[in-house]
Amino acid sequence: MRELHDFPGGLLLEPHKEVTDQKMSILHPLPERMFLPLQQHIGQPAEPAVQVGDRVLKGQIIARSSGYVSVPVHASTSGKITDIGNYPVPHPTISEAPCIVLEPDGNDAWFDIKPTEEYDRTEPAKLQELIRDCGIVGLGGAGFPAHVKLMEGIENAVDTLIINGVECEPHITCDDRLIQEKASYVVSGARMIRHAVQARHCVIAVEDDMQLAYDALAELVDDDLELVMVPTRYPAGGEKQLIRTLTGKDVPSDGLPIHIGIVIHNVATAAAVYRAVTRGEPIVSRYVTVAGRVDNPVNLQVLIGTPVEDCLATCGYRHSEDNKVIIGGPMMGLRVTSPNMPVIKTTNCIIIEKNAPAYPEMPCIRCGDCADVCPAELLPQQLYWFAKSADYDQAREYRLADCIECGCCAYVCPSRIPLVHYYRHAKAQIGLEQQRSHEADQARQRYTRKIAREKEEAAGKTGKTGAGADRDQDTRAAKQAYVEEALARTRTKRRDRPGPARQTEDSG
Amino acid sequence: MISKAGSSPHLHDTRTVGVVMADVCIALVPGLLCYAWLFGPGVLLQCILAVSFALLFEFAVLRLRGRDPRPFLRDGSAVVTALLFAVSISPSAPWWVSLCGIAFAIIIAKHAFGGIGYNLFNPAMAGYVFVLVCFPVQMNTWPDLPAQGIGAYLGSIFPMAGGQLDMLSGATPLDELKTRLEMMEMVSEIKTASVYGYFGGAGWEWINALFLLGGIYMLARGVIKWHIPAAVLAGILIVSAAFYLYDAETYASPLFHLFSGGAMLCAFFIATDPVTASTTGRGRLVYGAMIGILIYLMRQWGAFPDGVAFAVLLANIFVPLIDLLTRPRAFGET
Ligand code: SF4
Ligand code: SF4
Repeated sequence: MRELHDFPGGLLLEPHKEVTDQKMSILHPLPERMFLPLQQHIGQPAEPAVQVGDRVLKGQIIARSSGYVSVPVHASTSGKITDIGNYPVPHPTISEAPCIVLEPDGNDAWFDIKPTEEYDRTEPAKLQELIRDCGIVGLGGAGFPAHVKLMEGIENAVDTLIINGVECEPHITCDDRLIQEKASYVVSGARMIRHAVQARHCVIAVEDDMQLAYDALAELVDDDLELVMVPTRYPAGGEKQLIRTLTGKDVPSDGLPIHIGIVIHNVATAAAVYRAVTRGEPIVSRYVTVAGRVDNPVNLQVLIGTPVEDCLATCGYRHSEDNKVIIGGPMMGLRVTSPNMPVIKTTNCIIIEKNAPAYPEMPCIRCGDCADVCPAELLPQQLYWFAKSADYDQAREYRLADCIECGCCAYVCPSRIPLVHYYRHAKAQIGLEQQRSHEADQARQRYTRKIAREKEEAAGKTGKTGAGADRDQDTRAAKQAYVEEALARTRTKRRDRPGPARQTEDSG
Repeated sequence: MISKAGSSPHLHDTRTVGVVMADVCIALVPGLLCYAWLFGPGVLLQCILAVSFALLFEFAVLRLRGRDPRPFLRDGSAVVTALLFAVSISPSAPWWVSLCGIAFAIIIAKHAFGGIGYNLFNPAMAGYVFVLVCFPVQMNTWPDLPAQGIGAYLGSIFPMAGGQLDMLSGATPLDELKTRLEMMEMVSEIKTASVYGYFGGAGWEWINALFLLGGIYMLARGVIKWHIPAAVLAGILIVSAAFYLYDAETYASPLFHLFSGGAMLCAFFIATDPVTASTTGRGRLVYGAMIGILIYLMRQWGAFPDGVAFAVLLANIFVPLIDLLTRPRAFGET
């Protein structure tokens, strides 16, 4: 048995999962119109590959990936493209974004897709391409392109592959139901990812209140996979928290899991990988939990792009102004005023709640309750102070960037300060997030370029043409990126050293 | 753009500042009743007086500052300040002592700094020190025991109302211990006198024991954390034990110090005021220990019999520095 470790902070929350976790999921019918945002992942948005009026088949690429950290978008069903334009999307800071509008023809006819034979004889790099082409992103909520993480795993020694089935937010049971109904997909998908990254260990983790899911998995795993139940506590499913729980190791404050030899994917991502490999099926649908004040709370299997309104109607709910709609979980989800937006790849839950009058925000009394529950071991009260007074240097010094926006602090705050709101605002101001993801992107892009170059060089020997100029440019770009990264690194180091030596230019 | 009110999380704990403060008041009740039982109804009169003044000033200042006073009156912090002030002053003090003390606490110590959350000094203690310096006679005159009736107290608190209270000057156990030690008496001699109870100052030991009980209630309810009370008490205990072991004839025992004067009140109710205390775990230990040690030093060598208020105010000044030096390491930070 694997020894489990404790992570700091966290909360014990009312689970509310009993409402949906034992009900068979329902296949959501075809909607009248679907809205497919070009960006449903972290990274660059995809570029449209169709025109208004085109007829498309289910699973056909309708928007191409536009860079390394980007994935294509597929038609969720067969039909006609009726518009490409701005429509409402579930996003914390923007209300509308480019979408492709698809009118289903009712046939639900598949595009020509084909399986990859015998994955264990397929090259890891090929698998990685396939996973990108199938539009697979982290389905747990973050939406990071899965092939990028996979590539990190392929390129580095991986000690442990973690398949994350820990759904720690209240109400959400979509992964739980997925495991119960499609356990074999999850287990096979885990084996495929493991093969690709050549992990020494592979752990599938679920929460200890997911007994049925555990049993379903237990029937299928052999000695090659470890099945672990972790104690139910929010946010046990957070990447860094789960890694600590399972391995006792901490992801470095400004690093990635791969830096400590770990690759972590969601269970739904594993199931999607299985489908991609065995059938060539891209992501066209997902499980979504509909919970709260609806007549029939249940998990739905929804085609991506289906309006949230339709999902709610299926569960016997008509929207009224008395209620609010939360997309995602109650701790980290997004509150929207109207449900006229689509389910996207990362939508795991829709909750209807009564509109309660807001409790007035009071001044911070420095009680420190927030610090006690912070899983990142930060001082939320100080971060709040710095964020509010726009002292971003100090905010960075106190590691605002390590805040995972889990909301534990705001949950306990007796002054009801919307702390996470302040952090998001400050992060946006600092541009920290962008800068970090930019640096990570660059690192990742260098990787691919290097791989591509090596491949080309190998191919070049057999007399491939036309890649020369590109390659030159690539090398130059890579070099520049390398210099930039090194500079950024020294800057970060200097910044992190306390004392007056801290630099004032921090834009880099 | 999502509005502030619409920001995640969408769930909240039911505990608010008002709930916390209500718990503090409940925890004060046993000690307060014991105090009133020993010294008479004057104690409760002082509480009523101070709370009324505090709410009045809080309301007026918030109005002047252009804020909606309702949420701030509901948060109960003014009530707690008033109660702590009321149990610190002499039960016989006239009404204007309370008026001046509370005015200073609410207007200067609290709102001049920006109101709840922004004040550097503990308002109750600032108000107490203010009246101690301004009205030393009234503050150092204590009613004679046993407890006298409400008529006598009314006469003393509202001088125009008539009625007479038998008074004693500087007669708390800490006062007496100090005066008599200064007269070169031995602790063993003084011990036989009435200032000594079973294990602390006469009478005060029970009040302290009940404040300790209230403190345990707050710990159990999660209203306060253990760091500050433990550090304050440890501070008093260790320093007084050192001196006691050095010379038991000139220094009172640790137990006497822990159960005399405002020791328990300070450890659980005053030093734990979150606004003016350190906010990190280690910082709270430092802050509490500092208060504990200062209390002892001031009792022993200060100009006033009990050093609680001065110790707390002095430690308040160091809080920003303590916070800065005790920042915990973040998850995964090297
Ligand atoms: S929980 Fe709220 S009031 Fe308490 S220290 Fe944190 S931010 Fe301040
Ligand atoms: S939201 Fe950020 S600061 Fe608040 S508890 Fe979570 S990680 Fe800590």
